Amino acid sequence: MSDLRELYQEVILDHARKPRNFGKPAPCNREAEGYNPLCGDRVTIYILVEGDAIQEVCFEGTGCAISLASASLMTEMLKGKSVDEARALFGRFHDAMTGDGANNMDTLDKLAVLSGVREFPMRVKCATLAWHTFTAALDQASSTVVTE
Amino acid sequence: MTVPAQPLDPMVAGAEAPAFDANLARADFPIFRHPIHGKPLAFLDSAASAQKPQAVIDAVKTCYETEYANVHRGVYWLSARATEAMEAARGKVQAFLNAASADEIVFVRGTTEAINLVATSFGRGLMSAGDQVVISAMEHHSNIVPWQMLRDRSGIELLVAPIDGDGELIMEAFEKLLGPRTKLVAITQVSNALGTVVDLATIIRLAHGHGARVLVDGAQSAPHGAIDVQALDCDFFAFSGHKLYGPSGIGVLYAKAELLDAMPPYQGGGEMIRSVSFEKTEYADPPFKFEAGTPNIAGTVGLGAAIDYISALGLDAIGGHERALLDHATRRLEAIDGLKIIGTAKHKASVLSFILDGVHPHDIGTVLDSEGVAVRTGHHCAQPVMDHFGVAATARASFGLYNTTGDIDALVAGLEKVREIFGS
Repeated sequence: MSDLRELYQEVILDHARKPRNFGKPAPCNREAEGYNPLCGDRVTIYILVEGDAIQEVCFEGTGCAISLASASLMTEMLKGKSVDEARALFGRFHDAMTGDGANNMDTLDKLAVLSGVREFPMRVKCATLAWHTFTAALDQASSTVVTE
Repeated sequence: MTVPAQPLDPMVAGAEAPAFDANLARADFPIFRHPIHGKPLAFLDSAASAQKPQAVIDAVKTCYETEYANVHRGVYWLSARATEAMEAARGKVQAFLNAASADEIVFVRGTTEAINLVATSFGRGLMSAGDQVVISAMEHHSNIVPWQMLRDRSGIELLVAPIDGDGELIMEAFEKLLGPRTKLVAITQVSNALGTVVDLATIIRLAHGHGARVLVDGAQSAPHGAIDVQALDCDFFAFSGHKLYGPSGIGVLYAKAELLDAMPPYQGGGEMIRSVSFEKTEYADPPFKFEAGTPNIAGTVGLGAAIDYISALGLDAIGGHERALLDHATRRLEAIDGLKIIGTAKHKASVLSFILDGVHPHDIGTVLDSEGVAVRTGHHCAQPVMDHFGVAATARASFGLYNTTGDIDALVAGLEKVREIFGS
């Protein structure tokens, strides 16, 4: 039960109910769509990249509380970061989610709030969907990102 | 002239279903001895796959321990015994479906493979470009995609009969789709996403009236009521062993003998031939013509044991018990604020799909799991159904013979916990 409380703590529920940076920004110069067919999460990530700097990150989407909260937290974390910092952060977050990086928590700043997802392997794809989609937007991949 | 009374559809309420003791039956299923997250298992996902009674587990174990060898070809005692056991299982399936002959029973991996077999052998083999296949808007992907593949390969036209806001097939619209070019109607008997029991008797009558064959997807119906393929007069009937309390990897395609004789083979290989040379190969007679390769021998034996098990309990009794549970659960869930039931057909079997205001089904499922309650969340391999109701996903509770009102209590308590965590 405490695992569940960890998973659905107040910060996450707040981000899910009132996602930050929700909506397409103007201007933006990269975008990508992501989809988790397992549960129907859909997310579109919009980025404004100038040189090496991520000026704007926003998203639109529907989905479970974990996917929306993760997308919302991601947009807050990435605004103003460099592209390299963003990729490194994703690497550490992904490791933390998939169990390899239990020690990473203190380097994750506000993303640490999602650390409870580790105990629910079936929900990891919900938490990482926005990040995979962000990477696809950065790389301008042409097909929709799908996580399952 | 009096019209003879229509025989009562076994999938639909019979007021006098025999009594059924689910707690007694539940004791036959070893999986319920193990708590989940410290709570008793309230398994409400039999529509995805059913749990197995000891009798089925023992039958598979005994097969491998004492009676296993490859079938049909060996001259030694073990092979003869294994062949006997497998063909006895085929006989049990014949009796279970009331088919005219055991030669009309083809063992496959499951309902999906059965439908693919028909789409290939009947569809590609016996249909031509411009012929039409009619399905409904409430089908499972396994009764949609093979026909789309047939359309893309062979120029067959695929028509979809619409459903209404309750999840009922719109019979007048269905009838309008039938015509001289209709060669096959492929329809589910019970919808896995909505629980709708379709009026098969009318559908088959209308289809046959236009010279079309009918394939019935019985994956969700076979576990819940008696099937009589001769009374139904369906041309094909498919079901899965694993939903019928049997092992996974085994299923059945029933088809009328005249069709199996006319259809070209599905897969080629050993067992389905009479003789092979590089000049000429002759195929075996049905059903073996459609059973290439070594079959899932232990699977057939397990399926036979599952049929014995539920036949002894009585399908009418099981069906009556499940209907009572569905009614009870429906009333209790309807009383929950912000909960909406998806699929409100007049006649339903076993399935209760729902959504909850402000909480995604995936989150509902995770919270319920923490209370030992297993439900399915997502699109249930029926994305067109989800689109029709304007939802990405639902949570689905489904009932099997081992469920009790205690399971419904656990479901309702779990939903209260969801409310608590997510606020109302």
